[in-house]
Amino acid sequence: MNYYRHITVMKFAIAIIFTFALMPLHAQPTADQILERVDRNLSSDNRVFESTMIIHGARGSRTLTSRTYAVGEKRSFTEYLSPPREEGTKMLKLEEQLWIYSPSTDRTIQISGHMLRQSVMGSDLSYEDMMDDRKLTETYDATVIGSEVLDERNTWVLELTAKVDDLAYESLKIWVDTERYIPLKEEFYAKSGKLLKRAVLSDVVQIDGRWFPKTILYKDMLKQGGDGTEFKITDIRFNENIPDYIFSKAALKQ
Amino acid sequence: MIRFLIKGLYYDKSRSRLPIIVVAIGVMLAVFLNAYITGFMGETVELNARFANGHVKVMTKAYAENESQLPNDLALTEVTALKKELSERFPELDWAARIQFGGLVDVPDENGETLSQGPTTGMGIDLLSSESMEIERLNIRESIVRGRMVQQPGEALLAEEFSRKLGVNPGDEFTLISTTMHGSMSLYNFKLAGTLSFGNEAMDRGSIIVDIEDARTALDMDDAAGILLGIFDTGFYDDERALEIAYTFNAGMDDEDEYAPVMKSLTQQSGMGQLVEVTEKWSVYIIAIFIVAMALVLWNAGLLGGLRRYGEFGVRLAMGEEKDHLYRTLIYESVFIGLTGSIIGTALGLFAASLLQGDGIDITGMMEGSAMLYPSAIRTRITPTDYYIGFIPGLLSTIVGTMLAGLGIYKRKTSQLFKELEA
Repeated sequence: MNYYRHITVMKFAIAIIFTFALMPLHAQPTADQILERVDRNLSSDNRVFESTMIIHGARGSRTLTSRTYAVGEKRSFTEYLSPPREEGTKMLKLEEQLWIYSPSTDRTIQISGHMLRQSVMGSDLSYEDMMDDRKLTETYDATVIGSEVLDERNTWVLELTAKVDDLAYESLKIWVDTERYIPLKEEFYAKSGKLLKRAVLSDVVQIDGRWFPKTILYKDMLKQGGDGTEFKITDIRFNENIPDYIFSKAALKQ
Repeated sequence: MIRFLIKGLYYDKSRSRLPIIVVAIGVMLAVFLNAYITGFMGETVELNARFANGHVKVMTKAYAENESQLPNDLALTEVTALKKELSERFPELDWAARIQFGGLVDVPDENGETLSQGPTTGMGIDLLSSESMEIERLNIRESIVRGRMVQQPGEALLAEEFSRKLGVNPGDEFTLISTTMHGSMSLYNFKLAGTLSFGNEAMDRGSIIVDIEDARTALDMDDAAGILLGIFDTGFYDDERALEIAYTFNAGMDDEDEYAPVMKSLTQQSGMGQLVEVTEKWSVYIIAIFIVAMALVLWNAGLLGGLRRYGEFGVRLAMGEEKDHLYRTLIYESVFIGLTGSIIGTALGLFAASLLQGDGIDITGMMEGSAMLYPSAIRTRITPTDYYIGFIPGLLSTIVGTMLAGLGIYKRKTSQLFKELEA
């Protein structure tokens, strides 16, 4: 009897030893889990923010300021506050449609087709970039392809491949901070594998329990000259009460 | 003797008819083709000079490299000072700043919503200042189909065909959607003053013409311009001088600075060099071809004539006429034939050219999608050269043909002449 008991205890002990031996010291989350955490940081039900866009062109820099209201990923409204030439210009995104209102002409024009690929205010961002607010988990399949240290931060390097058809970029490569689950660098690729755009995210701060990058430096790799566009969020508030009328074409002319 | 030879040619039609017909046809073609080349090619060169290339053109180095994309972000800046400098250094040229741009013309309905929209290629030119020669240069006033000329800022001219397609009429407002010099989207309202028809496929497809100051405001191009065109005061392109001016100007520029202005002569731009060269050389080629071809035909005709007049030459030689004299009279005859054929051919060639000098042949369909500006019709242009150019192949070919065919005279042997005549 003692013998069988001894054998059972031994088996149990070996099983426990093997189980612990096979467990890594720091369990690495899967690519999907990483993306989910990234989405949790970057997406929100709604947000209101003011931003400064510094466009470092080949012949000088220009600064634009704007205020944006966004609800989910389908609705957003941006009003440009400066410089004087752009002041009062408004952009409204509703579902898949985008309108721009110019106060000097008092015209509201829908941006569609190839115009969506044009630069927003001469920046390194296109209207298409601004339109797509969908979560990464909804649009891309991810694989962890390595880890790197980026600006003294440990990151996982993820390769993302489009799983829906209507995306501006076929694949992405992102460097995700292993502690804060924020991409610190992103590279956007075309179907051919050509690098189209690069973004470097910095000034990561904690707001309402989430990590958020307040500065993003975009660089359109196809654009000749210039040092990219610096997009700085000067003020951001999540879960605000945004009135519905803001997301209407009538609000553009107000 | 001359009268005797002419009488001989007149009464013996078999001696003169065929050579005169051959010469006349050849000369007619030479005259017509010369008028055609002068007309079509010359018009193409001038059209491109006036509308796009100037006799010389100043752009930034970077703009020149990407010119087909109309890259206004690479445009010239501080244009007023540059234009002043150019006028002082090269006073024989009239300088005109222009802004070329692409975009969309958006026509609103009564609620301000888009009613119709179409892609456009536009040009901002000096329409409103009194010293500007642009209106005359582009023949704008004469090209107006409906409405009137631009008279104040905020007015625009659209191609007639384009305006009809969009459903916009003189007096209506529309919005130009384009891109500023800094890459922002630009929206600017214009009132349609009038519609134009340039008679050129590339221009009539979808062009808009506005005053350069409006273009500057719309595209945020303060004191900037895409190109500065220089046109010789004489109105005629002088390649040698244009190249010299361009060389002098470029010598003082910084090679490293991509925004430094560079000057290009007409022949240094987009295939125009080849066109000008071809225009200059084709007349020479055509004349050379006709001289050779007609000389061959007339040589052949001379040989046949020689055979037919074998007996006559024999009698003349037997009667003591010198071979050299006989050969010379044949050449004199050929001069009369050449002159007669050339006169008839020139008259016919000028008549044919005059038929195509007015309206010409419409070739719009053939020029669809062409990058270079071509006239919409093939038109000939009769110049003083056409009155004498046909005489060169006309006379040379008959003389050369006769000289070759007449060599047979020297092979006749006096000792055998009577035997031949008896036979």
